[in-house]
Amino acid sequence: MLLAGGQGSRLGVLTAMMAKPAVAFGGKYRIIDFPLSNCINSGVDTVGVLTQYQPLRLNSHIGIGIPWDLDRNIGGVTVLPPYEKMNNTEWYTGTANAIYQNMQYMESYHPDYVLILSGDHIYKMDYEMMLSYHKSSGADVTIAVMPVAMEEAKRFGIMITDENGRIVDFEEKPEHPRSNLASMGIYIFSFDVLKRALTKNASQSGLDFGKHIIPWCRDEGYGLFAWQFEGYWKDVGTLTSYWQANMELIDIVPEFNLYEEYWKIYTKSLPQPPQYFGPDSAIERSIVGEGSEIYGEVYHSVIGCGVRIGAGTVVRDSILMNDCVIGERSTLDRVIAAEGVTIGSDVRMGDGEEQVNETGPQIYRDGLCTVGEQSLIPDGVTIGKNVMIFGATLPTDYPDGHLASGKTLIRNQGAS
Amino acid sequence: MKAVGIVLAGGGSNRMRELARKRAVCAMPIAGFYRSIDFALSSLSNSHIQTVAVFTQYHAGTLNEHLSSSKWWDFGRKQGGLYTFTPAITSENGFWYRGTADAIAQNLHFLKECHEPYVIITSGDCVYKLDFNKVLDYHIEKNADITVVCKDMPEGCDTERFGTLRMNEESRIEEFEEKPVIARSNTVSCGIYVIRRRLLIELIEQCDAEGRYDFVRDILIRYRSMKRIYGYKIRDYWRNIATVEDYFATNMDFLKPEIRRWFFGTYPDIYTKVGDQPPAKYNVGAKVHNSLISSGCIINGSVEDSVVFKGTFIGSNCYIKNSILLNDIYVGDNSYIENCIVESRSTLQANSYYKGEDGVRIVEEMNELFVL
Repeated sequence: MLLAGGQGSRLGVLTAMMAKPAVAFGGKYRIIDFPLSNCINSGVDTVGVLTQYQPLRLNSHIGIGIPWDLDRNIGGVTVLPPYEKMNNTEWYTGTANAIYQNMQYMESYHPDYVLILSGDHIYKMDYEMMLSYHKSSGADVTIAVMPVAMEEAKRFGIMITDENGRIVDFEEKPEHPRSNLASMGIYIFSFDVLKRALTKNASQSGLDFGKHIIPWCRDEGYGLFAWQFEGYWKDVGTLTSYWQANMELIDIVPEFNLYEEYWKIYTKSLPQPPQYFGPDSAIERSIVGEGSEIYGEVYHSVIGCGVRIGAGTVVRDSILMNDCVIGERSTLDRVIAAEGVTIGSDVRMGDGEEQVNETGPQIYRDGLCTVGEQSLIPDGVTIGKNVMIFGATLPTDYPDGHLASGKTLIRNQGAS
Repeated sequence: MKAVGIVLAGGGSNRMRELARKRAVCAMPIAGFYRSIDFALSSLSNSHIQTVAVFTQYHAGTLNEHLSSSKWWDFGRKQGGLYTFTPAITSENGFWYRGTADAIAQNLHFLKECHEPYVIITSGDCVYKLDFNKVLDYHIEKNADITVVCKDMPEGCDTERFGTLRMNEESRIEEFEEKPVIARSNTVSCGIYVIRRRLLIELIEQCDAEGRYDFVRDILIRYRSMKRIYGYKIRDYWRNIATVEDYFATNMDFLKPEIRRWFFGTYPDIYTKVGDQPPAKYNVGAKVHNSLISSGCIINGSVEDSVVFKGTFIGSNCYIKNSILLNDIYVGDNSYIENCIVESRSTLQANSYYKGEDGVRIVEEMNELFVL
């Protein structure tokens, strides 16, 4: 059961029109491709994807699951949105509540075990190994954990285990952590335990795994075990960590390697032609998706599919998602441009000194210039740092052709 | 659904030299991402032709691999489908396909069981994009028995390996020569024909009874005066790839923006089997100019005026110029490659030097695989 209904508000304007799991990552992927590919690579071929916030992009991406070979006669992928019921009708109010509302779906497959995943991390994990551990340890619930630095530990849910890996206690974002094993939000439940736990706690409002179900299981004396994961695991919950995780893909041999034959990551890819580089282009330390045409210069950037970069334009330390069009002689520095953004010619982005953003100081920071989906930036303007732009902006939105650092500019937000 | 499609994809070619050793001509990789047969299949699919037969013979396995699923071209439907016919021994027949007409004759049951009134026959080794509905309309309007799609080649073009034809002012074909030494016309047949299904069955049965096996020689040329055979001239891009030189030039054509715009930027699209390669990656020292690079590549060196196919690794300080690198190649550091076609899965050692002195050189080298 893959939880993909969250907004991910810390990704700011990137999730204005799509749920966080649908946000593009690493040129041609979307975040949800990673858990979905893990599923099929681990032999999990019955997957329910729970959607709620802005599901359109997610639905069209998943379709019937062809890219992940999840188009099955039995099982396969099923998208599970909240639905109207006879007596009470509600949205998914919490992670566990969402699973509870889909009890029928799970029961129809008579599972022995249920794997609960969230759709917002970048990692490669063999769930099969976790399941073997679950079986061999005789656990009722297994929680995937990974060791983090002690000073980092206070940001996570921390599991305290005995020498057998049994969880004896846990604490949520502790001030003085007693262990460095952080919960990754990945659970395996024996189905009967899950069913009992959900049914008993059904009336709890905002029913959540971390807050309610796991404590209940401990109090009831069920066997809770921690399975330790070692490998790359990246939370892309904030714009800064999203940007960093993208940039890490560019390293010579990245810690998270997409180029391995083993454990491939699948995504819905359209038949797009190869990328073309013009006679005067330059490119270094970058990854580029299919169908892009690059006439300018690109350094240390992640470029999606079908992007067009005009001659004389210099792109540095930026993420340009699918189908962005950049004019000529522009300069882009630390820009995150969502899908279908059009940037004119002679534009300078990421110019000047940093200023704290006026609307989302915790979101738009670290010098990043974030542009929302389908936005338009006119020719010849200069834009500062920590800026957010969304909508078809006009030259008149830029006094003296300039948008200062820390500004937020929203125009014609449209349907949303 | 006025027509069924037949793709003739059985050919090998001596003129492909070493490139034909590994695969059928129709399975030759094109433009970094596609294979030759994709162009015929996509045009059929985009013209809403839903039942398509592919006749394979030479190196049939390589094509079968590419055609392992018909979903890429959208033939995987309840109505219609993609059928591959490789010669089979039956109680009536123990021969390979002895010619194009024989290939159809051996699979005549396929045509007999269809209900569509027309058949579109196309070769699979040409790069083009064509709306067959327009050809069909033309065929019906002219009340033709057979319509041959043809194209004027530029003066001085080597027409020796094509069929050349001459039409009267009504576009009726008066003269058809197969592979003439000195051609009297620079209009060549594109290897694409439209014919009524019942007529085709009739002609093929006749040929078969007389022991004739070639569609062009024994049907088009032989019945030239008796049947109404018309030419349909196209002005768009069309190119046969069945020689090394043409293959090389066809790929290089895709470096031109107008060709890319026609095939990739103009509705409808060309489809192909899609892999799961990650995006291409450019490390420090990469320099790429006027080149096509496909997904899954890792580039550390210089690439100029070249086409690089999927999953190729180019080492540091390499210089690749005016070359075609096929799929999954490893090029070791400090290598120099100019005017070459490097065969797929080659592994070139560091410090290799390859240059096509006069004409294109084909490089195939299998060293122990180097792994990063």
